[in-house]
Amino acid sequence: MTRDKVPTVYELSVPGRHGVDLPAPDVPLAELPAGELRADCGLPELSQLDAMRHYTALSLRNFGVDTGFYPLGSCTMKFNPKVNEVIARLPGFAEAHPLQDPESVPGNLALMFWLQQWLAEIGGFAAVSLQPAAGAHGEFTGLLMMRAYHQARGDTGRTRILIPDSAHGTNPASTTMAGFSSVELPSDKRGNIDLDAVRAACDDTCAGIMMTNPNTLGLFEEQIGEVVRLVHDCGGLVYGDGANLNAVAGIVRPGDLGVDVMHFNLHKTFSTPHGGGGPGSGPVGVSARLEDFLPGPIVARVSDGEAARYELAMPALSIGRVSTFCGNFGMFVRAYAYIRQHGAAGLRQNSEHAVLNANYLRVKLRDSFKVPYDRVNMHEFVCQGAVAETGVRALDVSKRLLDHGFHPPTNYFPLIVPEALMIEPTETEAKPTLDAFVAAIQAIAREARDEPALVKAAPHETPVRRVDEVKAARELILSDRTKITSD
Amino acid sequence: MSYVPHTERERSDMLAAVGVAQIEDLFADVPAAVRFPALKLPPPASEPEIMAEMHALAARNHLAEPALSFLGAGTYRHFRPAVIDHVLGRSEFYTSYTQYQPEVSQGMLQALFEYQSMICRLTGMEVTTASHYDGATALAEAVLLALNVGKRRKIILSPAVHPQYRAVVKTYLRGTNTAAIVGDEDVTNDLPRLTSMLDADTAVLVIQNPNFFGQCEPVEGLADAVHAAGALLVVVADPIALGLFRPPGAYGADVVVAEGQALGIPPSFGGPHLGIFASRMAHVRRLSGHLVGETVDVDGRRAYVLTLATREQHIRRAKATSNICTNSALCAVAAAVYLATIGNRGLRRVAELCFHRSHYAAAAIARLKGFAVPPRPFFKEFVVRCPAPVPEINAHLREHHGIIGGYDLGRDDPQLRNHMLVCVTEMNSRAGIDRLVAALDEVAR
Repeated sequence: MTRDKVPTVYELSVPGRHGVDLPAPDVPLAELPAGELRADCGLPELSQLDAMRHYTALSLRNFGVDTGFYPLGSCTMKFNPKVNEVIARLPGFAEAHPLQDPESVPGNLALMFWLQQWLAEIGGFAAVSLQPAAGAHGEFTGLLMMRAYHQARGDTGRTRILIPDSAHGTNPASTTMAGFSSVELPSDKRGNIDLDAVRAACDDTCAGIMMTNPNTLGLFEEQIGEVVRLVHDCGGLVYGDGANLNAVAGIVRPGDLGVDVMHFNLHKTFSTPHGGGGPGSGPVGVSARLEDFLPGPIVARVSDGEAARYELAMPALSIGRVSTFCGNFGMFVRAYAYIRQHGAAGLRQNSEHAVLNANYLRVKLRDSFKVPYDRVNMHEFVCQGAVAETGVRALDVSKRLLDHGFHPPTNYFPLIVPEALMIEPTETEAKPTLDAFVAAIQAIAREARDEPALVKAAPHETPVRRVDEVKAARELILSDRTKITSD
Repeated sequence: MSYVPHTERERSDMLAAVGVAQIEDLFADVPAAVRFPALKLPPPASEPEIMAEMHALAARNHLAEPALSFLGAGTYRHFRPAVIDHVLGRSEFYTSYTQYQPEVSQGMLQALFEYQSMICRLTGMEVTTASHYDGATALAEAVLLALNVGKRRKIILSPAVHPQYRAVVKTYLRGTNTAAIVGDEDVTNDLPRLTSMLDADTAVLVIQNPNFFGQCEPVEGLADAVHAAGALLVVVADPIALGLFRPPGAYGADVVVAEGQALGIPPSFGGPHLGIFASRMAHVRRLSGHLVGETVDVDGRRAYVLTLATREQHIRRAKATSNICTNSALCAVAAAVYLATIGNRGLRRVAELCFHRSHYAAAAIARLKGFAVPPRPFFKEFVVRCPAPVPEINAHLREHHGIIGGYDLGRDDPQLRNHMLVCVTEMNSRAGIDRLVAALDEVAR
C-alpha cells in the first residue's frame, strides 16, 4: 500500500479540463426556464486519465480480501468469485429496467423465483422475500412482520423483544425502529443464552426473541430447543439473525430448529462482495404462519414446465414494500450463480471447512491469547487480546497485525468478553495462510513482552498511522472546502 | 465449483490439531435429529457450465436498444462513462469491508469523503451521509429524522412523490405508534393545498422536484411557509436535474434525498442503487448512516475516518439513530467517479440534452391525433394521455418496433388510466424519438 498523500478531486480540478464528451443536441433547443437555473454545479473538472489515476491511487491505499487475509468476525470475508462479477454485468441482467412488462423479463423473474426457492430450502422456511437491502434491513423487516402477526391476532400487548447480551448492535437498534423495547438476556458460563433468564422473560408481553446461532462467541446454542420451546409456549416468535449462517448452511436448517423468521446476508454466506460497506442484500425467510406478512413483491410461478411463467405478487397481509422495485437484484444474480456452482454438497463443504479453519486457529492461538469459552466452536471464536502487565491491549494487537499484512479481527465485540478479538477465517483460506497468521500473532505476543512500545504505537507501515478520531468528531470536516474557480 | 482450497493432507493435519477424527465431529452441538439435512438443490456446476447457463438466462430478457427505451419512473438510463466500471473493478475497493480500520481504508474513506463533498455542492446542503440503500429508504430515514426533531406527529406527503417511495415510508412508519400521513390520498393535492395543511403538529412536508410526473414544482416561498409552521422541508431530488436547476438548498430545503442510480449505476432490474441523503449541519447528530470526516494521523498527515459513530448501532445499540450498517458504499463510489469524470460542465450538458430532447419528444407526441401532453413545465419526463390502455400500446411498441414504452400511471392510480409517463434522456437520439412518435401514430390509427 502506498503512503503518498493523494490530493482530492477538488485539489486536482483544473477549470477547462473535461473527462467525457457528449453528443451535440440534434433537436431544436427548447427554452430553458431562466429564473430556475443554477450558475454552476460545484463539481471538479478532471481529464479521464487524471480521474483514473486518482482512483487507482486511492485503491492502493485500501485493503480488501484480494489483498490479504481478512479474519473479521461476524463479517464472513470470504473470496468473492470473479465469475459472478462477470455474470452480474451481462447486459440482460444489468440493463433490464425494473418496471418493464413482466412478460419481457422472464429470465430475471425465473432467477428470483429459484433464488427464493433455494434460500427457503437452505433455511428450512415456507417462503422468502428478497426485498431487504442488507442484514439490518432484514432484521427491521422481520420485526415488522412479527409485530403485524401479533396485531392481526388482536394480541396487542406484546411490546418486548428478548435479545442476548452477545447480540450484534443491529438487533436492539432494529428492535427500537420496529417500535418494540428490548430486554437484554445474560449469557451463562458456557456462553449460551441463560435459560433461567429466558424463562423469566417469557410472558404475554413477549413478542419474541432475536437470537444468533451460532452466537457471536462462535458457539452453537446448546439449549436451542429449550429456548425456542419457551418462547413459542409464551406466544412469542423466534427471529434468527442469519449473519452467522456460514457456519451451518447445509449442516442444519434454522427453520428445522424452530426459527420463524431469519434474514440471509447474501454478502456473507453467499459470497457477494461487501463493496466497502455495501451494497449487500438481506432476504428474509419465514415459517408458514408469517408467510402472508412478507414484504413484496415476491415472485410467484403461475404455470409449470418449459413454458413456466412468473409474476410479481404482493402477499395477502404484506407489511408493504421495504425498498423500491425488487430489492438488490444485482446481488441476487451473484448469489444464484454461487448456489448453482456449489449445490447442496458444496454448501455443506463450505460450512465444514469454515468451522474447521476456525477451530484450527483457536487451538493454535490459545497459547498466545486466552480463549474464554474454549470448546469446539463454529465458524468463528473469541479470544482476549490483552497481554498482562505490558499494557498492550486488543486494539494494539489489531493495529500491529496491520504491519504484518493482515486485516485485524473484529475487536471489542462481543461486549461480554473484555478485550475481545473475534476471529472468522472463512473456508476459502488455505492452511499456509492460517499458519502465517498464527506466526504473526505469536510474534506480536512476543513483541508485546519484549518491546511493548512498538506494539502500542502500531501500525508503522500503513498508508496513515493511528488517526485522531477526537479531532474528527470535534471539528466535523465532512466535505472538501477547496475553492474551485467555478465557485 | 468449490473455492475450498484444502488438500486431503492439510485437512487431516488440521483435524488432528483440533483433536477430532472427522470433520462431522465438529458439529456435535447440533441436534442430531435435524443435522445434515438432504437439501434439494440442483447439482453443482463448473465455471464454464455456470457461464453458459447464466448467459442463457440473461438472454431470455428482452432489452431495447438504448435509444429506444422510454421507461424511467425512478430508474433511469443515462450514459455511464467506461471509467466507472474500471474503478469499481479495483478489488481493493469491492472486496473490502466497512472502514473500521482507517489505517488501511484510506482509499475508500477518501473516495466517500469526496462523494460527500460533491453531493453537498450539487444539492446545496452542508452534510451528506456516506450512502443509504436507495432513494426510498433515504426518504423514510428523513421522515423519521423529522419526527425526532420536533416531537411532532403529522407528515404532509405530496401525492406527486414516487408511489413506491410513499409505500416504503408507510412501511417504515409501522414501527411508530403515533405518526400520521396526510396529503397523498388525493392526486390533485398540489403545493398550495399541501401548504394549507401545515399546522403546529406538522413535523415535515415532503415533496419531489421534479415530481414523479416529471413536472417542476413551484417552490417559491414554500420553505418560508414550512419553516413558519416550525416544520422541516424534505425534497426528493433528481441528481441529473441538479445539473441544470437551482438546488433544493437554494430554496430552503432542510433535507434533500435522492436516488443516485442515474449517476453511473446500471438499472440492474432495480438494484443495487444508491440512497443519497444530504441535510443542514443542524441535524448532523441525528443523521442515520456513516459519515466520513477529515482529520490527521499521529504524524500530522491528512487522514479520513468514520466519525460521529456514537449515533450508530454498534455503539448506541437500542438508542442508535438508525439500525443501518451495510449501506451502498460501492454505489456511492460509482456516483463519485461519475461526477468527477462527467465534471462541472458535463453534468450541465447531460441535463440540457435531457431537457431539449424530452421537449422535442413531448411536442411531437402532442401533435399526434388522440394523444395529449398537459402543458406543465417539466425536466426529462412528461405525462401523455393516450387513446388506448397503456399496456396495449406498450405491447405493440415492443412486439412490432422493439421499443420499450413509458410507465403506465394507471398501475398506481385508477384516475390515471390511459396515462403514460414518458422518459427521454441523453441516451434517446432524435432518430430514436422519431421512431417512437411514428410507432405511437400507428396506435392511434
